[in-house]
Amino acid sequence: MVAPTASPAASAEPLLVIDNLGKRFVGVTALDGVSLDVRAGEVLGLLGENGAGKSTLLKILSGAQPPSSGTITFDGAPYAPASPIEAKARGIVTIYQELSLIPTLSVAENIFIGRAPLSGLGLVDWRAMRRETRAIIARVGLTTDPETPVSALSVAEQQLVEIARALSLSSRLIIMDEPTSALTEAEVARLLAIMSRLRGEGVAIMFVTHRLEEASQICDRVTVLRDGRLAGHMARDAGPIPIPAIIERMVGRAASELYARPTERHAPGDTRLAIRGLTTPRNPEAPNAITLGGVDLDIRAGEILGLAGLVGSGRTELARAVFGADPVASGSMTLDGAAYAPSSPHDAIARGIGLVPEDRKHQAIFAALGILTNFSVAALSRFAGPLGIMREREERRVLAEYRKALSIRMASPEQRIDGLSGGNQQKVIVARWLARDPKVLIVDEPTRGVDVGAKAEVHQILVQLASRGIAVLVISSELPEILAVSDRIVTMRQGRITGEMPASEATEEKLMALMALETREEATA
Amino acid sequence: MTTSDDTRPGVNAFGLLKRFGPLLFLAVLMVIFTIMNPNFLNPINLFNVLRQISITGLIALGMTFVILTAGIDLSVGSLLALCGMIAAVVAKGGTANTLALESAAGAGYGWFAALLAAIATGCLAGLIQGLTITRLKVPPFVVTLGGLTIFRGLTLTISNGGPISGFTADMRWWGTGLVGPVPVPVIIFLGAALLCHLVLRYTRYGRSVYAVGGNAEAARLSGLRVDRILVSVYVIVGFFCGLAAFVLAARLNSAEAVAGMGYELTVISAVVIGGTSLFGGVGSVGGTVVGAALIGVLVNGLVLNNVSSYTQQIVIGLILILAVAFDRWLKTRTRG
Ligand SMILES: Nc1ncnc2c1ncn2[C@@H]1O[C@H](COP(=O)(O)OP(=O)(O)OP(=O)(O)O)[C@@H](O)[C@H]1O
Ligand SMILES: [Mg+2]
Repeated sequence: MVAPTASPAASAEPLLVIDNLGKRFVGVTALDGVSLDVRAGEVLGLLGENGAGKSTLLKILSGAQPPSSGTITFDGAPYAPASPIEAKARGIVTIYQELSLIPTLSVAENIFIGRAPLSGLGLVDWRAMRRETRAIIARVGLTTDPETPVSALSVAEQQLVEIARALSLSSRLIIMDEPTSALTEAEVARLLAIMSRLRGEGVAIMFVTHRLEEASQICDRVTVLRDGRLAGHMARDAGPIPIPAIIERMVGRAASELYARPTERHAPGDTRLAIRGLTTPRNPEAPNAITLGGVDLDIRAGEILGLAGLVGSGRTELARAVFGADPVASGSMTLDGAAYAPSSPHDAIARGIGLVPEDRKHQAIFAALGILTNFSVAALSRFAGPLGIMREREERRVLAEYRKALSIRMASPEQRIDGLSGGNQQKVIVARWLARDPKVLIVDEPTRGVDVGAKAEVHQILVQLASRGIAVLVISSELPEILAVSDRIVTMRQGRITGEMPASEATEEKLMALMALETREEATA
Repeated sequence: MTTSDDTRPGVNAFGLLKRFGPLLFLAVLMVIFTIMNPNFLNPINLFNVLRQISITGLIALGMTFVILTAGIDLSVGSLLALCGMIAAVVAKGGTANTLALESAAGAGYGWFAALLAAIATGCLAGLIQGLTITRLKVPPFVVTLGGLTIFRGLTLTISNGGPISGFTADMRWWGTGLVGPVPVPVIIFLGAALLCHLVLRYTRYGRSVYAVGGNAEAARLSGLRVDRILVSVYVIVGFFCGLAAFVLAARLNSAEAVAGMGYELTVISAVVIGGTSLFGGVGSVGGTVVGAALIGVLVNGLVLNNVSSYTQQIVIGLILILAVAFDRWLKTRTRG
């Protein structure tokens, strides 16, 4: 990964001072006596395990939630925003962990929401808006048509738009909650470059990440939280902040045990899922959406197949077509040798396919419902007894098992899932599919927003599933993750497979070359 | 992201308020009415209130399922009239409006056939509306708004605009009978409420309803057959319209073509006052029963105190808005 090095040109005078901040929810203390400061022209990394209180801290700064105790000073004056609007007016802009664009509006409308440029007549000046939007999104490397509705963009592109919007508001402190979790390596590098440039312009940036490599590379300082308390500050001196030291602060134990590669496993068995010539139809309403252009792929029982590709390469589209979530135009599939043509996710699940979707908020979470309901929703038949009555005790027992196995941090099974931290929500979704015990499990960005420790746990679980004969298809934008868990790796670009190799031969460089490659036919033609 | 603490363990004043707010409000209201007029607490009056809410209450049970899926059914009042008319036709064996009670007994098909016909009509109407919503992708609001006028028109056509009156005594018992001191409609309502509560709280089907209302796309990707569940809730509300229509006809000893006018508003109010969210995924049968009781008590108390029916409507509207505003306010409080 190419990343800019830090330029410790930060001023000595702190821009933001947080003193003894506390935040209590019923039954949970999310923050307890946290103090830190941020200076203009520096990048501060906020790190910690899932549920450590990072998002809570950022929500307080952004005016979304009031603190229970403590004081904040911004630019020398007391700072207690009553709303995000007030925070913005003071010069603090926040980009949340869950994207908050309005899907039905265009890119331009989203960027200029509430502040559209007006013409002499007081009407919206659409032409100026388009022109300026093009310039604004170019700063994050997007060339999308400003008229495109946001719903037609991928998650990663939406995030870039949101970052662009924040850049366009001349803010003094930009706060980002896991801005890179949805981006590919190349886009991460681009974002880090942008952050570095902003730092040079004297803007302060505070961001949360679970990708410690990037934190170590770009941050001038990091602050680590553990269980809502301060676990330490670290500053870069000569070189980048060492990752093992960060991990030790985060989890309170040595880093070496977390980086162990998952245990070795048996040779894969027979072909479980065979895909031949799979194409998906073009959607007239979203002409720019990615379609599959004839995918051939075999996944064997007990194998972990990694699917690498840039955003827009068609990985998610492939997963959704196999899962019956999107229609197929042509091609065929077999599952354990029998014809397989799901017309809905219900069909796919009945045949033993599972999917952890990419977009947690819209495709996986039932925000208003409890953790137990969220957990068992895909396995209702497993937990339903006679007359369709739920066997709740059994449900709770199994949930408790996964809670332990995945170290899900939660108060009770009845707790609403949106009271969990992002990473812990993701773990519940992973548990949802583990409870189904599928034959083929597709995981699309399975560890997005999951902390280092739990990431290793999720990887270990994928390996365990494979060793039980389950075929696992892992989609991830983090190449180290693909390299760590896969037996075999396939790369995609523009809806086609561009290459394949055993994980033992793969390196990040080789994969990146394949991800950027012309499709096989084009290349050999 | 909305947040809430209401399901967390531990004592929290706001959490409790949110959960039992409508109940508390009901209790306060009852105390006030008792002070204003001690007759209010008379068991006869209380059973009277319960009997009055049993018709809209039954429909509100079905409406709870619909609103939990983020849907709405505006056709219930008209469907009630249609089902009642069908029940009357079956009970009397024709559309003749003879008040010669027992003499007509021979011509009709008995109360049981009338009940089945009413329920079948309701279910069929719900099925058609549900299929229109899911297959033709017309929003529930529009489909059931159409249903509202269609069912009323059908009722008027069947009955020629007039009532059909005069049923056998065993049919009338379902509306006017007593078991001990308890009116039969009240038993039917409370029994149905208990059943609905059990279904929503403890069964796989109940879980699916909440899931579909909470996030339809996530429900689909979790393997739920979203369309079937959506259709089923309209069938359920249709079923309750049929049942309520039968009880109402039995109680009035007459099926009126204009029965149930405006009931959709009372029914939806009961569900919403009871804390069920119009956005789906949040709510309970218990809340709906309390919501229905609240409206019933309010009307009864106002009548006892000689408040005109015009003013009653104003008060009910205000209470509806207040209830939802209160709920919103608690939500913002529990967040911080
Ligand atoms: N609205 C809420 N109601 C109740 N508890 C909450 C609420 N918001 C957060 N919490 C709790 O506060 C703690 C900190 O959560 P927070 O979201 O800040 O974690 P985080 O560090 O951002 O984790 P992640 O890395 O997983 O995003 C968690 O235990 C969480 O369950
Ligand atoms: Mg977070």
